[in-house]
Amino acid sequence: MQKYSVFSLIKNAFTDHMNWDVAWKDPTPKKEYDVIIIGGGGHGLATAYYLAKEHNITNVAIIEKGWIGGGNVGRNTTIIRSNFMYDANGRFNEFGMDLWRNLSQELNFNVMFSPRGIINLAHSDAQMNAYARRGNSMRLNGIDAVLLNREEVKKIIPMADFSEDVRFPIFGGLMQPSAGTARHDAVAWGYARQADSMGVDIIQHCEVEAFNISNGKITGVRTSKGQINAKKVGLCVAGSTNILAEKLNMTLPIETHCLQACVSEPVKPILDGVVTFGAGHFYISQSDKGEMVMGGDLDGYNSYAQRGNLPTIQHVLTGGLAVFPFLSRLKMLRTWGGIMDMSMDGSPIIDKTHIDGLYLNCGWCYGGFKSTPVSGWTFAHTIAQDRPHELNSEYSLNRFSTGHLLDEKGIGTKTWIG
Amino acid sequence: MLHIKCPFCGMRSQNEFAYGGDASVKRPELNKEVTDKDWDDFVYNRKSLRGKHLELWHHISGCRQWFKVERDTATHEIFKTAKMSDEI
Repeated sequence: MQKYSVFSLIKNAFTDHMNWDVAWKDPTPKKEYDVIIIGGGGHGLATAYYLAKEHNITNVAIIEKGWIGGGNVGRNTTIIRSNFMYDANGRFNEFGMDLWRNLSQELNFNVMFSPRGIINLAHSDAQMNAYARRGNSMRLNGIDAVLLNREEVKKIIPMADFSEDVRFPIFGGLMQPSAGTARHDAVAWGYARQADSMGVDIIQHCEVEAFNISNGKITGVRTSKGQINAKKVGLCVAGSTNILAEKLNMTLPIETHCLQACVSEPVKPILDGVVTFGAGHFYISQSDKGEMVMGGDLDGYNSYAQRGNLPTIQHVLTGGLAVFPFLSRLKMLRTWGGIMDMSMDGSPIIDKTHIDGLYLNCGWCYGGFKSTPVSGWTFAHTIAQDRPHELNSEYSLNRFSTGHLLDEKGIGTKTWIG
Repeated sequence: MLHIKCPFCGMRSQNEFAYGGDASVKRPELNKEVTDKDWDDFVYNRKSLRGKHLELWHHISGCRQWFKVERDTATHEIFKTAKMSDEI
């Protein structure tokens, strides 16, 4: 594989950049693989990469019905954080933070990981107490957390509305300084390029039509490019999980919903890190290009449409204006939607299934992007060793039956109750 | 913006309504032994169909009645709405 560096950039400049190697090939599927990963998004690509790198399993195919990186990994707001209260969520995502910190070097691809911090704003004394509790829990798990008072928040984001006569005055906030953002497309492309170089076949425009199961064991999948056999199959399809589950006669604790995001026209630097509004669902950061990147609530009803409705955008931005009144003068550049696999407790599922050789990775709700590396890392372990890693042992499928829910915020799919 | 025909008030904008989820889910019968599987299916497990989906909506900023809607989850086309007591 061609190494990307300033020297290769200069060298290729002499030939007008016409002689770069392809980043990944376009192979025809083989008859059989050791592992098939369904879904060529961030999580699927990362899983294939870690299968090859950590477990030396390289006879792997990624099957993607569209093109790689065309789903939620290309549709998110690029936020990376590990500010969770529960041990299982905190440890899992902090392990992921360590992977993020070294990801550009490891993949030889600049994912532009930029740890500029995240602040969750608090708007009441009760919320400050809740944040103190969450911050303490985070620190017990080795995650950096700082409780900021009103004046400290004002130093970091002076452009926010600090008036005292507003409906939700800013009391303070909880900050995770090591949180940040990354360039989402680069994450997909970086994993794809490395996985391809280690022998993984990336098969695009190939849709799974049926699963072959005999005696309770998976033997392969029938696709739009023909039959492909496999010893093991992993599902990494986010919002399409329920569609594939139906083909497997499974019903899952997952509902598919549309989540929208939007960006404003680019402006000069005004906001350094990520800020979330604590009295509604709104979060904002500024991209390296200067656009304000914003998101919030689900559209609120089951949806497979990868585009949203304006009432939700209006609702989200109403919250936005309450914190940052300057947004009212910005023009909206783009809005878009992605379909989320909303689990019933708000936490993901990375587990085996009742079918031998079939593995499930889903339920990422609003927060799949930040977990891309650690999701791939643990899912690769689960597939390779046929058992969950300690990090994802609590992300089990049967936790809903046994009552061991991971309701970090107590919000799953039922946002209309929230 | 969805336009939903409330069976009581007629056509109204989406922002008068709240969503209530899959209408095909049935609570296991009262005062009878319920298996864990049946309870899971009632509380957690959902088919979340792509295409025609029978669901509950609540006219929360209107007559406050619950009713059923048959809607396409991919195109958002609404085929029918009906009172809770009526079949679709």
